[in-house]
Amino acid sequence: MEIAVIDYKGGNVQSVLFALDRLGVRATLTADPEVIRRADKILFPGEGEAASAMQELRAQGLDQLLPTLTQPFLGICLGMQLLGQHSEENNADLLGILPFDVVRFPVSPGFKVPHMGWNTLQQLRSPLFAGLREEDYVYFVHSYFAPVGEYTIAEAAYPTPFSAAVQHKNFYAVQFHTEKSGPVGNRILENFLNL
Amino acid sequence: MLTKRIIPCLDVKDGRTVKGVRFEGLRDAGDPVALASRYAREGADELVFLDITATNQKRATLVALVRDVARELDIPFTVGGGIGTVQDVEALLMNGADKVSINSAALARPELIDELARRFGSQCIVVAADARYHAPDGWQIYTRAGTHNTGFDAVQWCREAADRGAGEILLTSMSNDGTKDGFALDITGAVSRAVSVPVVASGGAGSKQDFTNVFQQADADAGLAASIFHFGEIGIRELKQHLRQDGIPVRL
Repeated sequence: MEIAVIDYKGGNVQSVLFALDRLGVRATLTADPEVIRRADKILFPGEGEAASAMQELRAQGLDQLLPTLTQPFLGICLGMQLLGQHSEENNADLLGILPFDVVRFPVSPGFKVPHMGWNTLQQLRSPLFAGLREEDYVYFVHSYFAPVGEYTIAEAAYPTPFSAAVQHKNFYAVQFHTEKSGPVGNRILENFLNL
Repeated sequence: MLTKRIIPCLDVKDGRTVKGVRFEGLRDAGDPVALASRYAREGADELVFLDITATNQKRATLVALVRDVARELDIPFTVGGGIGTVQDVEALLMNGADKVSINSAALARPELIDELARRFGSQCIVVAADARYHAPDGWQIYTRAGTHNTGFDAVQWCREAADRGAGEILLTSMSNDGTKDGFALDITGAVSRAVSVPVVASGGAGSKQDFTNVFQQADADAGLAASIFHFGEIGIRELKQHLRQDGIPVRL
């Protein structure tokens, strides 16, 4: 199985490569359109800021390539947000693969921003979460989020519910860090590789 | 529901953990990777590695350590200790550190916080602040491993750090550190209420109740400790069970 991890200087990709390695899976870190097109599975991690990430994707022509892919695709954290239409973070236009707009968490008493730490998952509705239970814990670090919609396949709350995971066709994405969520995260990565 | 985090802190020197760790069943208690994995299995939510190496090899050994830890560990970890440049931070993040904490370098040149947050995102930039109570001036910020009083007010400095883009404040009370008399509830609460980013409380943990107090009375988002975990005085799982009985959300 050929696994491509998309390289667009999008932050801590090393952790994703190590996580795959722990599962005994070899992956290629690449921005090469040919390697990406022929891969069996695509991982699209990301951290940092939306506008500069989009700038980098455009510079490499990946903003045109990614929406055309048909193999199973997993966006992680910023890699999920970038699949939407628009982000409040520096007014960034995104890849437009999913219909959501990304907005910032309002500051409210008792709810610090970034939303950082282990939170529970609810309303799991995807083979991506096979073997998981409602209220399982995963690790989040983010200040912006995608609201709940018909594309939502898992929710978390802070304090109102938001999309912890989304899906449209072959495009799956999670707001939390599968690679840093202990055994639960590892199971989700395995489920993705088995899609 | 977002849970309160429990964070063991490991001091490392030349790539090895120091300050005596007494653990049964670990073949080599100085091995940071073995120790980190053990804490992860016991339910630690994150780990902090504080590097106290003072040699020219510091950066290379720390990068190698981060790589070894990241290869094994499937929970987040922060690296701190004498980190002063954008290049240092980049090397650590690229090799698998989730967050990097800066301390003296941020006080020497606060713009460093802005630069790091813009370049790497606030989510991975932690500002570590060491505070000591100093009558009659109140809580002040110290640097250089606690030897130098900057004259900065602790609450004001933490607020500035967050405004400049720090994604988290790691607040250590030097007045409490090592006492096992409990966290400094007054300054932790004051900082937590003054900033909109998460606050990790450090210094003084001696009992399970100390953690309950810092979460319930000082609004800390996480509690950090070293020796009580290293010497097995408090197990992470039993600590979390205690917190859950007290009505505090924890990951068990």
